[in-house]
Amino acid sequence: MEIVVCIKQVPDTEAPIRIRPDGSGIDETGVNLVMNYYDEHATEAALQLRERFGGTVTLVSVGPERAREALRQGLAMGADEAVLVSDPRLSAADHLQVARVLAAVIAPRRPDLVICGKLSTDDNAAIVGPALAALLDLPQATAVSRLEVAEDATHALVHRELEGAVEVLELPLPALLTVERNLNEPRYPSLPGIMKAKRKEIPVLTLEAAGVDPETLGAPGAVLERLAPPPARPPGQRVDGQDPDAAVEAIVRYLAETAKVL
Amino acid sequence: MAGGIWVLVAHEDGAVRRLTYELLGKARELAGQGRVTAVLVGGEVGVDAEGLGAYGADEVLVLSAPALAAYTAEAYTAALLPLLAQERPEVLLIGSTAQGRDLAPRLAVRAGAAIVTDCQTLAREDGALVATRPMYTRKAIGTVRLLPGRLHIAVVLPAVFPVPPRQERRAEVRRVPVPPEAGSRARVREVRALERETVPLTEADIIVSGGRGLRGPEHFALLEELARALGGAVGSSRPPVDSGWVPHDYEIGQTGKTVAPQVYLAVGISGAPQHLAGMSGSKHIIAINKDPQAPIFQVADLGVVGDLFEIVPRLTAAVRRRKQAGP
Repeated sequence: MEIVVCIKQVPDTEAPIRIRPDGSGIDETGVNLVMNYYDEHATEAALQLRERFGGTVTLVSVGPERAREALRQGLAMGADEAVLVSDPRLSAADHLQVARVLAAVIAPRRPDLVICGKLSTDDNAAIVGPALAALLDLPQATAVSRLEVAEDATHALVHRELEGAVEVLELPLPALLTVERNLNEPRYPSLPGIMKAKRKEIPVLTLEAAGVDPETLGAPGAVLERLAPPPARPPGQRVDGQDPDAAVEAIVRYLAETAKVL
Repeated sequence: MAGGIWVLVAHEDGAVRRLTYELLGKARELAGQGRVTAVLVGGEVGVDAEGLGAYGADEVLVLSAPALAAYTAEAYTAALLPLLAQERPEVLLIGSTAQGRDLAPRLAVRAGAAIVTDCQTLAREDGALVATRPMYTRKAIGTVRLLPGRLHIAVVLPAVFPVPPRQERRAEVRRVPVPPEAGSRARVREVRALERETVPLTEADIIVSGGRGLRGPEHFALLEELARALGGAVGSSRPPVDSGWVPHDYEIGQTGKTVAPQVYLAVGISGAPQHLAGMSGSKHIIAINKDPQAPIFQVADLGVVGDLFEIVPRLTAAVRRRKQAGP
């Protein structure tokens, strides 16, 4: 089974975010950059399928050169190869353009499955996965929380979490999935895995080398104009709950008089 | 009739989701004197289409076919594409539900649109659509501009725009032919309702949410009772989900749901950034935690430092008494 996993390098979600004074982005100095959390789950899903069906797991990323480290993390988990498309002409690319670049790299490999994280924890957009499915003309399932691939690998049965319900969807392969965090427990890279990953070449492709005509890529339709800190909430009222009855009274009063829900 | 602002109707079993009304209200505002069109896609849609006029729709386009009875991204995309090409709306608003997030990017690619998701404000400026959206675990708010010259698709968070006041007004309803190629390779085998939820978390006005401080699954019953007394829903932070106390669909935060209820009652939740990412847009935040240093108190409008096991049962009783007594 040929599986491609899309990877993005993002700031660690635990890291404090400092916005550049001009609002043009975040200050990455000292920020720990890691593989997007959901992409670890995507990689794990791919590795489990390879263990069952054989084949290869290829990681693909679009991003700056430093994104190689996130790919190396996936190689250390056990992926077979990794490709990075890095090109200064992509610095202001929107999500649909990134999906186009990924599609150009992935299409010639004719994978049985393309697996992405449900979203990336930096911009939270959740656009690239389903957009890529459209570009590759594949059936899709997003936010997959359970995955069963048939013995003959012709189709997959997946669960998706809806609002107050679970959808059971059957997809013929090839298909594209984006995965939830409760799909699996990502493995930690083993020491031999880390050593092996260090020796692996990660080709870095320009747009042309990736098979993308910069002309047809066009201009972005969406532009991130600025980042600002979230509005600060005014300081709240503090109640000492030593006396639970007094605490309850304060909460009930708040619910009735301020929030007006009682 | 070309142009205008469109809203994709989110509905289920003949009931329109509140999010749809929120979007219609916003669409009305964005359209100014222009036209607001609601698009209703489904099987034999039991929705009162004309009734959407009460919330601001001038017209409702109905795309109804057996192939659309169960939502699939492929069939919905195929059904909507010719309509978008023919009628050329300027903006299409889609609610951020599991289906909306699944559909919008696929549709954007096929329709040659520009797309922005997780919108919490929207404005139009000279043919551009300007949205703000939380990013980086809500540690930043991004301003995104969709440039003029193509369809703009905005996926909008629930509960960020108010439901507009109902007006005595009916919308025109137009049935639109569904192209025969509107099918899907992916097939919905089943949709299993989770019986637990009375109100979906993302639509609840009041959420009672529990964290590690609950100490075990059995104590979530305390929260269920309080939520029932308040008419709300129960959620959780991540640790109870990771410990297997509650299922994943309870989870609020970076790796769970984003909610913005009128009242968010955080019980025994410390307030890790990953949790705050999913709930700090709530209107009123009340926190009960025994650790006065807990970061949840930084965002709480009312912070109670105390023992939840002492406070929550008394609070449930007090709420019940008050509800029985009437306002």
